[in-house]
Amino acid sequence: MNPAAVSIQDLSFRHPGQHTDCFSNLNLDIEPGERFGLFGPNGAGKTTLMNCMTGLLAYQKGSIRIFGNEVKTNRNSINRLFGFVPQDFSFYQELSPLENLAFFGAWSGLDKQQVKKRSAELLDVLGLAEVRNKQVRKFSGGMKRRVNLAIGVIHEPRIIFLDEPTVGVDIHTRQAIISYLKSLNEKGATLVYTSHQLAEAEDLCNKVAMIDEGKILVHESLNKLLSEHNEEGLEGLFIHLTGKAYRDS
Amino acid sequence: MYKLRATILKDMLMLSRDRVGMIVMFVMPIVLAIVITATQNSTFELVNSNKVPLLLINRDGGNSSKQLENAIGKAGMFEVKKMEAASTDSQAEERMHEKDALLAVIIQPGFSEKMETRAKETAAKALNNFGLPGDSVIKPTGSLEPIRLMYHPVLQQSFRQSIQAALQSTVQIVQTKLILKTMYFDVNEKEMPDSLENEFIQNQVPIEEIPVSRDGSKTIPNATQHNIPAWTIFAMFFVVISLGSNIVREKLNGSFVRLKTLPTNYLLSLVSKQLTYLMVTLLQAAVIFALGIYLFPLLGLPALNLPHDIAGLVIVSLICGCCAVSFAVCIGVYAQTEEQANGIGSVSIILLAAIGGLLVPSFAMPQSFQGLLKISPLHWCLQSYYGLFLEGGKLKDIMVNILPLLGITAIIQLIAWYGLKRKNLI
Repeated sequence: MNPAAVSIQDLSFRHPGQHTDCFSNLNLDIEPGERFGLFGPNGAGKTTLMNCMTGLLAYQKGSIRIFGNEVKTNRNSINRLFGFVPQDFSFYQELSPLENLAFFGAWSGLDKQQVKKRSAELLDVLGLAEVRNKQVRKFSGGMKRRVNLAIGVIHEPRIIFLDEPTVGVDIHTRQAIISYLKSLNEKGATLVYTSHQLAEAEDLCNKVAMIDEGKILVHESLNKLLSEHNEEGLEGLFIHLTGKAYRDS
Repeated sequence: MYKLRATILKDMLMLSRDRVGMIVMFVMPIVLAIVITATQNSTFELVNSNKVPLLLINRDGGNSSKQLENAIGKAGMFEVKKMEAASTDSQAEERMHEKDALLAVIIQPGFSEKMETRAKETAAKALNNFGLPGDSVIKPTGSLEPIRLMYHPVLQQSFRQSIQAALQSTVQIVQTKLILKTMYFDVNEKEMPDSLENEFIQNQVPIEEIPVSRDGSKTIPNATQHNIPAWTIFAMFFVVISLGSNIVREKLNGSFVRLKTLPTNYLLSLVSKQLTYLMVTLLQAAVIFALGIYLFPLLGLPALNLPHDIAGLVIVSLICGCCAVSFAVCIGVYAQTEEQANGIGSVSIILLAAIGGLLVPSFAMPQSFQGLLKISPLHWCLQSYYGLFLEGGKLKDIMVNILPLLGITAIIQLIAWYGLKRKNLI
């Protein structure tokens, strides 16, 4: 039996200096090939959970395994398996897309030839070929998002963590990014995605989980969830499960 | 190896696009080296080559005061501008305010008479000690009215002191001459011949300046030899502005988050930055030395003479560069914002330069600072360079400076490493 893409068991995490746990005994499995969406209100713990999965935060109890490898103890091998597309622009604005890809490609473990080949492919498919040598600082928000995505997938990871990959972009860039992510999924990549763009999420995700106050409220295929809760869309389901009150006040 | 090459290439590209950093690292120290060398050189020439304008009011008019006037003129240090005997102090002050002169010497009435009486007293005492009769009818002298030296407040204390010493020496010559003449007259009952008088006066013991160099060279160090090493070190340590903020920027922007999720240790990034900026410090040294050799003479400044031990010079530059880069990394690791890195970095460099003897010579510092200067890496860098540039030493001669410098560099690296560990950056 193939291991889960992500398997979280009895996870407990508490930020240093805080008195309460962000998560307590949290369990979640993400199967290979899924387009998994993790949703919840502000402060629900989406980004914290993603940071635990990517090894950016060290959890105190429980286990997170990526394709069977424990995150805590196999950092180096884990890091080769996944790609991360953070919400913030995570590259050097002083460099061009090509220069960024060359650097991050090398750091992702690719050799010179692989970096060259993958950079050309990514720049082409994400519509950045013409501006490959221009400094990224001069780019629009949408172009920067595409550069951010290209860097995260340059090493053809088996699982891609995407933290609001389309925030602040226009409809054309959003569609281009979603379409590219679907194509990566078709080639076998597992997607783990968070966003507040629920319409976009409906288009992308085939499995979703709702998280609130450190607990997984539901975890099911999107269609099944909608029919079970008698909702027409993810937004209605979201309000149904988490209520209408402000969460970040 | 490919990762390291890619990282160094990235750092070099980013550095080449950091215009402010490049200006701080290259242009600022070059301008400083030129301006300060030119200033120090002109001060040196002011004292040694040019003549200082000096107003002279002789209210006495007697023989001795005229001799003093002549002696001041012949001292070679002053351009004497004589004012009327009736001129008042305030008239002299006015001319000094107009910067007509920076100094004024006023010889008060009765100067010659009292000088001559003093000379007779001294001569009589001397002759009596020898058992010879001296002039027994000497009117007791009153206190000698001091020669008044007025100076413009812009003159620094060290410069005033050298002027005062020169004037004192001139007065001494006049006084000695007078005593000799009196003694000669008392013994021989005739005036001392001019030839003998001149012989006595001119037969002073010459002073030969010999720099104590290790290689036996007799070249007297000039302002360039002193300044170029000092400002080269200053430039090297100012990489903190570029490197320190580069590290902070990397920590603060998202790229650091991504770096932490990649299968490469962040230490590689720091190694790359250190190698890149080490190259920058060596380039800084090469550029500033080249300017000292080729540009300074064109600007009318003394040329820089490179030490004989070129290999030693390269090694010292390398070690100084290592120390400067380690310091910048340490600042970058601990600073939380770019403003902190720039502020703390630049202020600490100026402080370390001040206590390290780059701004004021270390021997001129108060005793309480003498121990403090040993903690400044810039002090050991400067001493190492001076060992080569000024003392003509070889690498083995300056090991006593290099070893503490290596020790301080290792400590700074350890502090940076501790910060990286504590902040979970590696």
